[in-house]
Amino acid sequence: MSQQAHAEPIAPRGRPASKPESRGRAVRAVLVGIALFYVLVLIVAPLAGIMYYGLRNGVGAITDTFSQPDVRHALYLTVVIMLITVVVTTVLGLVVAFVLARDRFPGKSLLSAFVNLPLAVSPVVVGLMAILLFGRGGWFEPFFSAQGIQIVFALPSMVIVTIFISIPFVIREVVPLLEELGMDEEQAAWTLGASRLQTFLRITLPNIRWGLFYGMALSAARAIGEVGAVLVVSGQVQGSTETATLYILRAFDQYQAERGYIVALTLAAFSIVLLIGIEAFRRRSLKRAGQE
Amino acid sequence: MVADALTRASGRARRDPGAPTRWALRATAMLYLGLFVLLPVVVILQRGYSDGLTNLKDALDNFGAWNAIKLTVVMAFLAAIINGVFGTLLAYVLVRIRFPGREIVSAIVDLPFAIPTLVAGVMLVALYGPSSVVGGWLEDHGVKIIFAAPGILLALLFVTLPLVVRSVQPVLAELDREEEEAAQTLGAGSWTTFRKIVLPALRPAIVAGGLLVFARSLGEFGAIVFVSGNIPNKTLTAPVFITQLLSPGSFGATGGPDQAAAVAGLLFGLAFIVVLLTEKLISGRLERTS
Repeated sequence: MSQQAHAEPIAPRGRPASKPESRGRAVRAVLVGIALFYVLVLIVAPLAGIMYYGLRNGVGAITDTFSQPDVRHALYLTVVIMLITVVVTTVLGLVVAFVLARDRFPGKSLLSAFVNLPLAVSPVVVGLMAILLFGRGGWFEPFFSAQGIQIVFALPSMVIVTIFISIPFVIREVVPLLEELGMDEEQAAWTLGASRLQTFLRITLPNIRWGLFYGMALSAARAIGEVGAVLVVSGQVQGSTETATLYILRAFDQYQAERGYIVALTLAAFSIVLLIGIEAFRRRSLKRAGQE
Repeated sequence: MVADALTRASGRARRDPGAPTRWALRATAMLYLGLFVLLPVVVILQRGYSDGLTNLKDALDNFGAWNAIKLTVVMAFLAAIINGVFGTLLAYVLVRIRFPGREIVSAIVDLPFAIPTLVAGVMLVALYGPSSVVGGWLEDHGVKIIFAAPGILLALLFVTLPLVVRSVQPVLAELDREEEEAAQTLGAGSWTTFRKIVLPALRPAIVAGGLLVFARSLGEFGAIVFVSGNIPNKTLTAPVFITQLLSPGSFGATGGPDQAAAVAGLLFGLAFIVVLLTEKLISGRLERTS
């Protein structure tokens, strides 16, 4: 018995080492193969598909599409909504992140639950919320119609729903960075007489900037791609409240698939550029976290 | 001057931001989240359920309503399982195996975060739609993807793939390899090692990722609206059904915003519970590791 127990641990090492090793290599190759196949079928092949349909009619179709006034207006509107959304979710998101990371008060965990709530809400439901608040018979409808301000079926509601959906991104990226950073450097700066604003601009912001940029890029990507919420609140008026995604929907409905594919490809290309930025930010942010 | 600075530094008021700033920040944060998040949720519940369950019952009496909700839940569940398995596999491959092009694959996994969901739907139609080469070939062999359940599932899998990978990856990267090496020295095969050592350590992250996939899939609209064809009782999902309730007449649904709110409340309640569970799991994991 005891002899066997002694012999056991040695035996596997003594056995031909090359056999399990080559088997291990084969297993690894199979795992990589399955993973690559999954990514290929699910993501790469569809991407190739849309590139084929978007580019097959050449430059003529593309310039024709971009010369359409409704296409131009849709892209313009998408950019406007994206810019407003990124500015609002960044500035106010930083405030929320500071409060969550640095402040202590009763109800704080509730506040942090609110931050994640938009992740659980269907975009369609977000649109519905705006209709219920600002649409006919809504809580705020009497007030805004008395002021003569159109909210639903106009830009304000489209911006509001997009902000709702993009709220979590900046906050979720910045809070862990602030918590990790601690307050030592900031306290040193205050002690040396720096004002709060100076401390923020010179100490805090440089430390969290890559994570912040990553959050902003995610926010922008989400804002460009939003369709469900905007569909519900916009009324889809051509050349007025039609965003790029809504244009794509209409193009396919009205048998202008060609233009639909080209605008979709444009959005995809823009997102891929954004993604390259996101990857760079994420890597820098991780590297930074690794150094600390 | 120096003495002044020192006394100020040691005083409490200097250590944390002064009270007025703190209150201003707090108030801004609460106002922002209260107005943008809490208020809309309250209005959904108030409009949908102020008459008890009548609105919900009326909504569910519509043609195809129950099947829309059932289909949505089933598809979300399948997406969570499939991406749970393949997402874990991808995370494992990306962290543990060196192969050429690893960085590119890692970037491609993030692509669904960046690509608009509607464009994802367009992409799937372009590749697997009946008029395309691949879709046409599949259709000739009796496989229908677009305007059928497989298309919905593909769209959900596309949109939610990064959720599991990015949830599992960091845990796997930080996992101490000594235990695995010990197991292998003691003669355990690599599969046994994975099953007994690696998998238990990853389980919370996998479950958390899967729950996020489920919650996200419940509400997905953009990726599905093109791909599914929205046929009542067949490929109509709950989020699309809600939009139909909002524009009655055009789709044969009666409805109106109150009924839409009732269905939305149901969907949203389910998703929010799932997200809360996920947060619990993730914070539990953090507490254990630190």
